[in-house]
Amino acid sequence: MKRLLGGVLLAALIVAPFVPMGGMRQYVFHVVIQIFIWSFIGNAWSLMGRFGLVSLGHGAFLGVGAYTTTLLWNFYGLTPWIGVFVAVAAAVALALIVAYPCSRFGIVGHYFGLVTLAVGEVIRLLLIAERDWTGGSLGLTLKTAGDASFKALQYADKRVFYYGALVVWLGGLWVWHRLDRSMARAAMEAIGEDETAAASVGIHVSRFKLAITSLSAGLTAVGGVLYAQYIAYVNPETLAGVGVSLRIVFAVVLGGMYSLLGPTVGTALTITLSEYLRVKFGVHYIGMAETIYGLVLVIIIIFLPSGIYGTLRGLVGRRRTGAAAARA
Amino acid sequence: MSALLDLVFHNPLLLAEAALNGLLLGGVLALLALGLNLIFGVLDIVWIVYVDLAMLCMYLVYFTVQVYHWPLILGALAGVGLGVVLGVAVHLLIITPILGSPPVNQLLATGGLLFFIQSLATFLWTTDHRSVRLTLPTIEFAGMFVSFARLIAFGLAILVMLGLYLFLTRTYIGTAIRAVSQDRGAMALMGANPQRVYIVTSAVGGALAGVAAALLIIQYSVHPYFGAAFGPITFMICVLGGLGNMFGAFVASFIMSEIISIGGVAWSTEMGYVIAFALFIVLMFIRPGGIFAKRQ
Repeated sequence: MKRLLGGVLLAALIVAPFVPMGGMRQYVFHVVIQIFIWSFIGNAWSLMGRFGLVSLGHGAFLGVGAYTTTLLWNFYGLTPWIGVFVAVAAAVALALIVAYPCSRFGIVGHYFGLVTLAVGEVIRLLLIAERDWTGGSLGLTLKTAGDASFKALQYADKRVFYYGALVVWLGGLWVWHRLDRSMARAAMEAIGEDETAAASVGIHVSRFKLAITSLSAGLTAVGGVLYAQYIAYVNPETLAGVGVSLRIVFAVVLGGMYSLLGPTVGTALTITLSEYLRVKFGVHYIGMAETIYGLVLVIIIIFLPSGIYGTLRGLVGRRRTGAAAARA
Repeated sequence: MSALLDLVFHNPLLLAEAALNGLLLGGVLALLALGLNLIFGVLDIVWIVYVDLAMLCMYLVYFTVQVYHWPLILGALAGVGLGVVLGVAVHLLIITPILGSPPVNQLLATGGLLFFIQSLATFLWTTDHRSVRLTLPTIEFAGMFVSFARLIAFGLAILVMLGLYLFLTRTYIGTAIRAVSQDRGAMALMGANPQRVYIVTSAVGGALAGVAAALLIIQYSVHPYFGAAFGPITFMICVLGGLGNMFGAFVASFIMSEIISIGGVAWSTEMGYVIAFALFIVLMFIRPGGIFAKRQ
């Protein structure tokens, strides 16, 4: 039943670009591509977040990823296909530099959140300070390579990015699923509950933490690269720092970080909500859309602590077990 | 590095001026850090939204003084009053319903409020920078130029912190607040009402944000992203001093403000912050419980 539903959904996503949508076509594509990319990033974040490693600085990895490929392409003409490996390596290196001491010296909880927040700010401020080659707070436009180029990973046709983002998003879900089924998950859960107890039963705490952080950072960098390629413009405010880092966390928490589709549902909701509000209020009431967005976030966090998708699944699960109990 | 050495050897006066400005900035930052730390010590929650509350108070002072032509003292008092109201409101509306939830959710709830306040301010007052124009002189002291407004702000900040110290050590409710921050469970066992302590703490924390706002508005202009500019550094100060450790936060404020001020003169404002944050990260690794944590 579940597999069938998933299959139908996937088939619908694959044929979606061929459905006639009229004048709204480009816009709908744009929104859906963004949902794929940010869901993937949220998914990467939740790999850590679900085990109590709440990072408030994932913007750092996003920014490192996006700027690495963009700068390599703009200054050295290096194709993003190779650049992405450099970007991932850079993000993983940064993750290790931060995560190793954090895990070595037992920085957890609030402290971990605030250290990562500082890392995100450092990257954002460095990008602004090094304005000679990063463009500072004005951002940087990707050098165009003509109309459509495989080498530059630049396409005017949104369908290319649609399928690309779809594949990347599915890849992210696959990683999440694999982790969910592995022994690493059990180990990480134990670490999240009580590090000392986990270590006492022979779990290598540091190794697991570093591995999961590197994985999360690397995938986030991939998301950053994809976003930069799609938008063809990078900016320190939208790709690094506290703002974007919190946005990632919000989307995931909104959907629910303990379930496979939670980050996706959360991201789809936040992006749809903000797009809807943006279109509705437009340029007349600047800030109104974001105001409602913030209010909705607070209300959901207070009343649905396990997220929308998590709560729904919990409700369905309870009814099912209730029915099973009645039958027995 | 050479930029700093250059400053030390060729322009010591400029360096001294930067150091003095850092000291004066530190006083006001310390107010914010102490308020945030007080709340953290008692409630075990980081109010990500804290500096944005101060931003709202700054707007109030701006409007009362600049638009409605109230005397500055009255405007400042109104700002402090708003701080108290906001502090209590955040506690009752946002924190109380989720006191039992995981810390992440509590942190994020105040984070959502941050988005709300930031965008509401943009919506209501646009992104214009607004400042209270004071005709205060600049004082020349041994060849250094210091703004009188900053000097006053620093003096008042120190006075208010002294008052906070007396409140926490000499009054009954202050003693109760310190008791809760030492052991939350024991407090209820002694028959005291934690909710009352929480509300007083939030009110005092809000009031400190209001005082800081009144002192900030005479030096800086206010805009909807003011909280984003001063927020992260305030958290860093609290963590550096040790979350919940008031003395630590006080000292850390001056360390950070000196780095920002001197770094800003030697390189650029952003680099000043980069160095401050980087130092924070490194210090966290060396002393995870803050610079004044007792060794275990």
